[in-house]
Amino acid sequence: MSATETWGIGAPLKRKEDDPLLRGRGTYVDNLDLPGTVVMVVVRSPYAHARIMSIDLAAAKAAEGVVAVFTGADLRDDWKAAMPCAWPVTEDMKNPEHFPLAASEANYQGDGVAVVIADTRAHAVDAAELVDVDYEVLDAAVDVAIAAQDGGALVHEELGTNVSYVWPLETGTFDAAADVIVKHTYYQPPLIPNAIEPRGVVARPEPGGDVTLWSSTQVPHLLRLLAAATLGMSETKLRVIAPDVGGGFGSKLDVYAEELLAIAIARRLGSPVKWIEERSENAVSTIHGRDFVTTLELAATKDGKITSLRANVIASMGAYLQLVTPGIPLLGAWIYAGPYAIPNYSVTFTGVFTNTTPTDAYRGAGRPEATYVLERTMDLLAKELGMDRLELRRRNFITEFPATIASGLTIDSGDYHASLDRLLEHLGLEQLEAEQRARRDSGDVKQIGIGFSTYNEMCGLAPSRILGAIRYAAGGWESATIRCLPTGTFQVVTGTSPHGQGHETAWSQIVAEQLGCDPSEVEVLHGDTSISPYGLDTYGSRSLPVGGAALWSAGEKIIEKARQIVAHQLEVSADDLEYAAGTFTVKGSPDKEMTVKGAAWSAFAAHNLPDGMEPNLEATATYDPPNFSWPGGAHAAVVEVDTGTGDARLIRYVAIDDVGTVVNPLIVDGQVHGGITQGIATALYEEAIYDEDGNLANGTMAMYLMPSAAELPSYQLDRTESKATDHPFGAKGVGETGTIAAAPAVINAVIDALAHLGVTDIQMPATPERVWRAIEEAKQ
Amino acid sequence: MRKGGRFLRPVDLTVNGVRYELELEPRDLLVHVLREQLSLTGTNVGCDTSSCGACTVLLDGQSVKSCTILGVQADGTTITTIEGLATNGELHPVQQAFHDHHALQCGYCTPGMVLAAVSLIENGEARDRAAIRAGLEGNLCRCTGYHNIIEAIADVTGSTS
Repeated sequence: MSATETWGIGAPLKRKEDDPLLRGRGTYVDNLDLPGTVVMVVVRSPYAHARIMSIDLAAAKAAEGVVAVFTGADLRDDWKAAMPCAWPVTEDMKNPEHFPLAASEANYQGDGVAVVIADTRAHAVDAAELVDVDYEVLDAAVDVAIAAQDGGALVHEELGTNVSYVWPLETGTFDAAADVIVKHTYYQPPLIPNAIEPRGVVARPEPGGDVTLWSSTQVPHLLRLLAAATLGMSETKLRVIAPDVGGGFGSKLDVYAEELLAIAIARRLGSPVKWIEERSENAVSTIHGRDFVTTLELAATKDGKITSLRANVIASMGAYLQLVTPGIPLLGAWIYAGPYAIPNYSVTFTGVFTNTTPTDAYRGAGRPEATYVLERTMDLLAKELGMDRLELRRRNFITEFPATIASGLTIDSGDYHASLDRLLEHLGLEQLEAEQRARRDSGDVKQIGIGFSTYNEMCGLAPSRILGAIRYAAGGWESATIRCLPTGTFQVVTGTSPHGQGHETAWSQIVAEQLGCDPSEVEVLHGDTSISPYGLDTYGSRSLPVGGAALWSAGEKIIEKARQIVAHQLEVSADDLEYAAGTFTVKGSPDKEMTVKGAAWSAFAAHNLPDGMEPNLEATATYDPPNFSWPGGAHAAVVEVDTGTGDARLIRYVAIDDVGTVVNPLIVDGQVHGGITQGIATALYEEAIYDEDGNLANGTMAMYLMPSAAELPSYQLDRTESKATDHPFGAKGVGETGTIAAAPAVINAVIDALAHLGVTDIQMPATPERVWRAIEEAKQ
Repeated sequence: MRKGGRFLRPVDLTVNGVRYELELEPRDLLVHVLREQLSLTGTNVGCDTSSCGACTVLLDGQSVKSCTILGVQADGTTITTIEGLATNGELHPVQQAFHDHHALQCGYCTPGMVLAAVSLIENGEARDRAAIRAGLEGNLCRCTGYHNIIEAIADVTGSTS
């Protein structure tokens, strides 16, 4: 077996990242202990909406160990621009200015109003208790559907409305005279992303006004650019390092108040400033996901051909627009029709302010919200038509690629029938249905249900021109550098910023495949703006589809330069060389050969290079994807529901995903396991619960029900493969597929378990109370 | 005794085979003693309600959440943290199995998850996958969906079911 067969693209290589993490040698921000560090604690509003009448700092300033205390007013002049929002989705989008600390009005529970800086964390926490803020409590807008209407509480009085924007996409007229129309409204509650490492920052002042910022972030490059702009610093004065980052899931794709505060205060005090988020603080101060009310309508012929789709989405922004808050709903805007060919398409999004934690990207970001309402409605339509739910899906699958869909984008490849066929091979549907019939016939208190979700998604964010057309401020390209070192090893510097995804391993495999080395000979550097080429970081399942393609392009440049060197040294024409797995051979003279590693030495020594060639063998490539990438697949959930207590348990889950070419199946399976778990959690367990005054009622891990291993089964995974045609080796991305597909499969299964009792709808999460009530209401 | 306005109490701990004589404030949590006084930062803090288990260590051989007990309560005990689990640089079989089965992604829950698993195995409570799942109820992971963690532990115990 050649090296590349063992370790290249497609090999289940164990991860290079694991060893230090398994030994407790992770470099998470809180492990950084710089001499002279002072600790920052944020004083947060206990009210969802309140005017700040006065703040008395005297007692806090006098407390033991306190170095400084600042209010929003104290720091106002430190900000040269408001907190950044990179996606003004419409020309007239309302985006009220906000700063790292609120000065006059707190707009959600947890909004920062002051910071205490002390010598130890204990002293800072003690002194924060002494900051005396006089609030005048105001009415809060909490429920997003109510907030969207006129006449209620206003989050930002000066706007005269809670509506930030209305964004329509209509490419066809809804057929109101169709044979069959189904219409249903769904609520998808806010979710707390809960990366197990809370956020944290350390800002160290450097000579000359420079600052080094360590942050638990997914986006060191974006953070550097935008933090520098907000603080009025030259970008060159700020170095951002993302060390080991303990999970993100979108929640660390942002520019946060605490990052800016730490930089500003480190510059003021001349000391390193450390802030580490507490978990219950994380529940209010790190972005939430979802919080959508969506009405979806499907119109179909009586033989099940869907002719038009209309969606009306009301999406909560929370109190302020964070980095990409307004764009999150739009990331789903093109895929409300999913893998189905639906010719008439009309969707409208209304972004609405509420007095709750700002929303932003949480795993899937706009696409789970779309897939959920579509797959729920597909089951409703099948029931209305009296048609098998899988037959309805099959009759509407897109089957010819490339496919330009009604929303206007083009899906390069896919095979949705193949995924569903593979799913059914694994599932044993007939046996499950027999079991279901038997339990129904015997009136068993425990009923089982089978739910499906066939899905696609657009990821690999993103073609820069399309981003420009939809008013996103930045591009969607990625960059990579490969340096062929004289010792026959390779140094890769990537603009992606992994936080658990295993880029060091996967990127090494790509180089091993292309340049013919062992992955252990490849070093992958990332997450430090001072060493990496300009990059756009890790989110939206973009790192392999975009960053992996950039790496491949850099490898192609390496091969081309090496080819010139080899031709020169072997005294043949470059056209006479054949290249495979790191070695050039001369056509017709198989004994004459030279490797990329050999060329790297020659390029380093530079004794005998072609005239005019620069020494050294290294290349940088920047890749702008021509299209989004389009994973898809078919998932099935089997649940057991105790009809006496309403307790719904997932007992089986089968996931078939088509993510194109797989670089490392261990890593891909791991991404799917984690992704579907977050979708299952959305369906059965998780919800940020606000009371009518905007108090977060379950803002601790003791109250917010993240599932443990005890609530979950092991999963069955398989794959089909249709390669991405726009990508150099066919990869599509896998970070979000599971989360996108899982929630509707699970809820469809819960409803299926109770269908014979007359239950047709259950709101997520399907808690025992909600399930029990649905059963009771169906009896009425 | 009192030092600099604070009450301190002498505490005698053995951590990863090394004996320490410390003076602790009564409010110091064991996890903060390990991280801040002994610089054993492999033990992570993930929550403030003893829910996540990222800070799990072995105290006299039993898994405990080190955020749940005070440093002074650990007086006279023997503690193993993740840094002390390998032998002469060789990974413990549970650490090795986590590597072999891709049972970690971001790695933040991993030290606590590994030590909880070691305790579960040594107590004979990792009989099958269902028992392993029940036994890990106090350790949360957001990345892996637990699937490969269960496979890793079942591999160590030779569980077929």
